[in-house]
Amino acid sequence: MLNIIRARLQQKHRTIKYPDAAPPEMPEKFAGRPVVVGRCPDGCRACQEVCPTQAITGGPSGPVVDTGRCLFCSSCVSICGEKAIAFSRDHRLAAVSRESLVIRPGSPLPADVLCETARKYFKRSFRLRQVSAGGCNACEADCNVLGTPVWDMGRFGIQFVASPRHADGILVTGPVTGNMREALLKTWEAVPDPRVVIAVGSCAVSGGPYRDHAEVHNGAGSVVPVDLFVPGCPPHPLTILDGLLRFLGYPVTW
Amino acid sequence: MGEAMVRLYNEESLPLEVVSVVDFEQFRHLILGTLAGEAHLSALFGVPQDRGVRLYAVVSDTVHGSMGLAATDVGDSFPSLTPACPQAHWFEREIFEQWGVRPEGHPWLKPVRFQPPRRGTTAPSPPGVTDYFSMEGEEVHEVAVGPVHAGVIEPGHFRFQCYGETVHHLEISLGYQHRGVEAKLVGGPDRRTIHYMETLAGDTTIGHATAYSQAVESLAGRRPTMTAQILRGVAAELERLANHIGCLGAMAGDIAFLPTRNFCGRIRGDVLNLTALICGNRFGRGFLRPGGVTSGMDPDQISRMLARLDVVEKDAEVALSLMFDAPSVLGRLEGTGTVPAQTAASIGMVGVGARASGLARDVRSQLPYGIYRYSSVPVCTYTTGDCFARAYVRWVEIQRSFAFVRDQLGSLNGDGFPVKPLYPGAGRLTVSLVEGWRGEICHVAATDAAGKFLFYKVVDPSFHNWFGLACALRGQQISDFPLCNKSFDLSYCGHDL
Repeated sequence: MLNIIRARLQQKHRTIKYPDAAPPEMPEKFAGRPVVVGRCPDGCRACQEVCPTQAITGGPSGPVVDTGRCLFCSSCVSICGEKAIAFSRDHRLAAVSRESLVIRPGSPLPADVLCETARKYFKRSFRLRQVSAGGCNACEADCNVLGTPVWDMGRFGIQFVASPRHADGILVTGPVTGNMREALLKTWEAVPDPRVVIAVGSCAVSGGPYRDHAEVHNGAGSVVPVDLFVPGCPPHPLTILDGLLRFLGYPVTW
Repeated sequence: MGEAMVRLYNEESLPLEVVSVVDFEQFRHLILGTLAGEAHLSALFGVPQDRGVRLYAVVSDTVHGSMGLAATDVGDSFPSLTPACPQAHWFEREIFEQWGVRPEGHPWLKPVRFQPPRRGTTAPSPPGVTDYFSMEGEEVHEVAVGPVHAGVIEPGHFRFQCYGETVHHLEISLGYQHRGVEAKLVGGPDRRTIHYMETLAGDTTIGHATAYSQAVESLAGRRPTMTAQILRGVAAELERLANHIGCLGAMAGDIAFLPTRNFCGRIRGDVLNLTALICGNRFGRGFLRPGGVTSGMDPDQISRMLARLDVVEKDAEVALSLMFDAPSVLGRLEGTGTVPAQTAASIGMVGVGARASGLARDVRSQLPYGIYRYSSVPVCTYTTGDCFARAYVRWVEIQRSFAFVRDQLGSLNGDGFPVKPLYPGAGRLTVSLVEGWRGEICHVAATDAAGKFLFYKVVDPSFHNWFGLACALRGQQISDFPLCNKSFDLSYCGHDL
């Protein structure tokens, strides 16, 4: 017992003050929200050709990046002679509409992160059944991290539960493999109304690196209606928490 | 007797035609003969030919530090190796499922992933629908769990055959994470290849990316710079640290020893943040590429890293000592989920699971590659093969990895960037072995005349070890399952590909 108390003192209190204070700083080389800053020379498609997931298309005034497909690998940044694309250290990527994940020159931050249903019913108590449906287990790992003392999402009444019957919604990771389709559907059907679906990671948003494989369904949206999209491969825990808090209507200024 | 297997060392490649195709009897003879010594089966897989399928076998010889290769052509069936060589069982099931080639006499022939066949037109059965082993009797009952589990974990299906509280058999049915990666690697490398490698098992991004980079480098006949090798080693050991610490924390959670669970969940994140300090991503995404690494560390970053490493190491030591000093924890771990050495050897276990059962299997010291050629890491083994042994081996490895990372950071100088793109040479074959945090990662690749992949085989350590978990559960109570499962800490996606 004394040893446990001694260890507890040594480990200190580590829960971050966020969202009441600024979140921890992202690492120097962190690739967060992309910024499209320039025009493209006529006919240049270098970034589109190097992108592993066809996340980039050409627009009249510069490249257009779909963060729902992006793996944040920075291949486009390395290849671009014009420096038309850059990745900022901004962690805020989540949106409630798929279209808001597409970043154009001068795109605002997604304003539409609030979900009225979620704010009205779930703000004080939000229970989620997580369904892992064919990804690489990195998104699952970063969802688990939100339960550790540093992030402690229990502070906001957010918790992962074992049964879909106890849940207010499901949080899906992975592209939804053919082999997981039925299990995902049954889990969703078992959640009582009103319910929400949250797609975490580029796999769950768009199929990620497995997009268009015969074995997968290109994301949760092709099986169940998605209410919140959280891009990233995998998303940083802060990106997920930011999305969840604003989805529920918490004032987040950072 | 005939000839021996074709010998190959880690980080080497051969012209493809050097691996001569022998008849099946000789193939069988070579494999069984080699496996009679201190060797295990690292891979056994099929490659489609114009007619029939070519089988390749890779055997790792831990005494001589080399690998043996053999190949044979088969039609629609071949006599199963499994009755004489149980460690071939999962591989033969995979060959049957992928290529429709039947290993005649296999005692346990059923799907491993429920994937559509890559040759022929047989329809796959729906996931989880197979002929399960079952017991009958008045008080016998069956418990089915999954694919969706009670925690935030990957999907898998488990069937327990119980009599009273005792589990007499556990059958593990996987494939829910199957996303068709191996088929898409053929004809590469292309712009998605490295991303497939980084997500074969997301928690082993560095391990699989190292195996892939090393495979391409071997096929190209090039080695990365010393700096790149050191940084790869540092990243690999950080990956081991993060996952081992996370695993021990989760084991503590499964036995309701909450202080260590809480501390370790956080410390694992602290280690991932050290990886992010090197390359920006907590899992090491984007850090390794064939030819080298994509970013270096300047002296300022190195000293910051060393300072943070001291804090993390101290925290880990306090959190884990607490667990290993508590008699109630030891009482729960000791004697639970035992895999005897003989079982582990016969079913071909690798990694932490094998070492906990007393088998000295560690690629880093036995078939060294990269920085481990110059800086050796001692093999940590234990003898009891139970949950305690698997926990204890991880704890000792955590201590060794901290020392290794600190040592390597001290010898880093900063040159060798940026990485130049590297492409495989034409008509060559290589086997790339890496000791990931779970155990032996084996990638086998061969290229055509244009330097594109003819085939690319991935064997994650979990592929060897899932059956070990099934064996560990025999005679246990069903309530021991979460603890035993976590003590193995295997990957579903790495198995399902």
